[in-house]
Amino acid sequence: MKPSRKLRVATTSLAGCFGCHMSFLDIDERLFALLDRIEFDRSPLTDIKHCGACDVGFIEGGICNAENVHVLREFRSHCKILVAVGACAINGGLPAQRNHLDLGACLQEVYETELGLASGGIPNDPELPLPLDKVHPLHEVVKIDYFLPGCPPSADAIWKFLSDLLAGRTPQLGHGLIQYD
Amino acid sequence: MSFELETAAHPEQLKRVAIDPLSRVEGHGKVTLLLDEDGHVQQVRLHIVEFRGFEKFIQGRPYWEVPVMVQRLCGICPVSHHLAAAKAMDMIVGGRLTPTAEKIRRLMHHGQILQSHALHFFHLASPDLLFGFDSEVARRNVVALAAEHPEIARKGVLLRKYGQEVIRVTAGKRVHGTGAIPGGVNKSLTAEERSYLQEDVYRVIAWSREAVEIARRLHESNRALYDGFGRFASSMLSIVAPDGSLDLYDGHLRARDADGQILVDRGDCSRYWELIFEEVKPWSYMKFPFLRALGPEAGWYKVGPLARVQNCDRINTPLAAAARRDFLEASGGRPVHSPLAYHWTRMIEMLFAAETIKDLLHDDDLLGGELVALGERSERGVGIIEAPRGTLIHHYRVDEHDQITRANLIVSTTHNNQAMNEAIRQVARTYLDGRRITEPLLNHIEVAIRAFDPCLSCATHALGQMPLAVELVDAAGTVVDRRLRGDAAPPC
Repeated sequence: MKPSRKLRVATTSLAGCFGCHMSFLDIDERLFALLDRIEFDRSPLTDIKHCGACDVGFIEGGICNAENVHVLREFRSHCKILVAVGACAINGGLPAQRNHLDLGACLQEVYETELGLASGGIPNDPELPLPLDKVHPLHEVVKIDYFLPGCPPSADAIWKFLSDLLAGRTPQLGHGLIQYD
Repeated sequence: MSFELETAAHPEQLKRVAIDPLSRVEGHGKVTLLLDEDGHVQQVRLHIVEFRGFEKFIQGRPYWEVPVMVQRLCGICPVSHHLAAAKAMDMIVGGRLTPTAEKIRRLMHHGQILQSHALHFFHLASPDLLFGFDSEVARRNVVALAAEHPEIARKGVLLRKYGQEVIRVTAGKRVHGTGAIPGGVNKSLTAEERSYLQEDVYRVIAWSREAVEIARRLHESNRALYDGFGRFASSMLSIVAPDGSLDLYDGHLRARDADGQILVDRGDCSRYWELIFEEVKPWSYMKFPFLRALGPEAGWYKVGPLARVQNCDRINTPLAAAARRDFLEASGGRPVHSPLAYHWTRMIEMLFAAETIKDLLHDDDLLGGELVALGERSERGVGIIEAPRGTLIHHYRVDEHDQITRANLIVSTTHNNQAMNEAIRQVARTYLDGRRITEPLLNHIEVAIRAFDPCLSCATHALGQMPLAVELVDAAGTVVDRRLRGDAAPPC
C-alpha cells in the first residue's frame, strides 16, 4: 500500500482510572506496527499539553469537574472523530456511583470536623477545578462519533477499531469484541 | 526545612507559571509556581485536582463486591487494590488463606509489580533518562524510544506483556479481573496455564537483569546529577516480612528515619492508625500523612521502591539480592534519598518480581487444593500490601447485614505527597530560581515527580473520613497547642 500521511491521534483520561489506556497498551508488540501508521498528539504518553488538530481523539472517563468539561470541548473542537472509550466515558461508570449522594453534604462531612472544633477545611484553592454535583457521560456534553464499551474494552477491540479506521472502513467490532463488564 | 516554599506571603503580587496537566504520569495533577519580578521562586505546589469518592459510595454495598469495585480506582495497579481489599475481607470472614490461595494471589501480585514497573520505566520515564531532561518535547516519549532504541523498547513492551499475562491467567483478564475473593481465590492454575507462563519466565528474568543494568549505568554515568537532583532527606515506610526480608504481599510495618535508624518495627498492620495520621491542606484533594510519633513537621516520609529496598534487611531471591548489594555499596552504605534512585531500585524490584514468579511457578500448590477458607466473622478488616508505588492501606467496617458501613483508604501516592512536594521545591530552587522559565526547565519539575511514579488516579479517591488538625496560635504566630481529631482512635 502507498505510504500515506500518519493518522494523528490524541488521547486523554478524564474521570477514569487509566485502565482503558492500559488496555490500549495491551496490544503489546502490535504497538510498533501501529507507530508506522499513527502519531500521537496530546496523550498521557507524550508531553504535548494541549490538543492540536487531530484525526481521532480517544477519551476514557466521564465528566466530574469543570476542567473535564474544558478538556472534552478542546478535544471535540480539534478532533475529526471523537471516541468515548470504556464504561465511564459512555455512562459515567463507577465514579457515577456518587451521583446519588449530595456532594455538598459529602464535602462537609469529609472536610469539616464533626465536633465543631475547626472552622472547616474543604479544599477551596482557586487552583482546584470545581467538582460537578453529578458525574456525566461524554455524550451529554459534546457529540460523540463512536462508543467502545467495556471496563475496559479489550486490546483486541481497540486494535480492531484502529485497524478499520486505518483501512478506511467504518469501524465495526462484531461478535466477541463487545463486552459490558 | 520542611514546608519552605509551600506558601508565599503575598501570592497576589507574584507571577504564576503552571505545568498543567502533568504528563507521562498516571492520573490528573498539576504544578503551580509563583515567581517574583526577579524570577525568584516563592511558592511551589503539586496539586491533585480531582476527587471521586470511592470510600463514600461503597458504603451500603455488600462486602464481597468491594475487591472488584475498588480496583477501578486505578487501571495501572488494579491488582493492588483488588488484593488489599481482599486481604481486608479475609479478616471480615475470618479466613486463613490456604496455601493455594496465598500462592495464586502472590503470583498475581508479582505480575502486577512486574508490569507496572516495566510500564513506568520504559514507556513513561526512560525518555528523560536516555535523551536528557531538556531534550525537545517531540522526542520525550515512547515513540522516540522505539525509533532510537528499538531493542530497549521491545523488551520493555514484552516485560509489561508478561506481567499482564500473569495477571490474566490468575485473575481472568488483564485489567480489572476477579481472581481474589473474601477468604481466598476463585480459581487455581491449569497445568497448561502454568507451562505457558513457565515458557518465557527465564527470558523475563534476563531482561529484568538488563533493565537493572541500564538503570545502574545511567546512575553511575552522572553521579552528581543522579545523587543530587531534587534530593531531600526523610523517613521511609514499608512493610517487611517477619524475618526482615523484602515482601510485597504481606508483613509488618517498618519505618526508618533519615539516617537509616529503625523508628518503628513489627508494627501491626491491623492497627496502622496508631502509627500514621493525616493532614489536609486547602490547595490539594490529596491528604498529607505523617508518623504520629514525629508529628506533621518531622514525621512525613517516603514509600515505594527506594524506601522498600533500603527498609528491608535483605532480599531472598539471589539475583535481586546481588543487585541490591550493588546499590547499597554504591552509596557506601549511607541511606539514599535521591529521587532519581527510585528508578534503579524500581528495576531491582522488577527483577525480584520476575524471580519470585519463577519460584512460584515451580510450586504445585498453584494447580489445585482448597481455594477458600472461612472462619469467625469480624466487623473490621484491614488489608495492607506493597503496591508498585508503595504501601497501600484498605480498612473497612462491615455490619451484620454484610454491608460496608465505613471505609478508609490510604493509597501509595498519598504517602509520597509531602516527599514529591519537597522534591519539586528542591528542583525549583536549584534549576529555576532567578532564571527565565523555559519548557525544558519545567520538564525538570516533572522529572522529579515522575521518579516517584505517582498514581494520581489512586490519590483522587478521597471522600471518606478526613482527620483534622487544630492549632492554637498566639498573637505572635507561635503554635501554643495542637490537637488532632480522632487521636489514637481507629478511623473506621
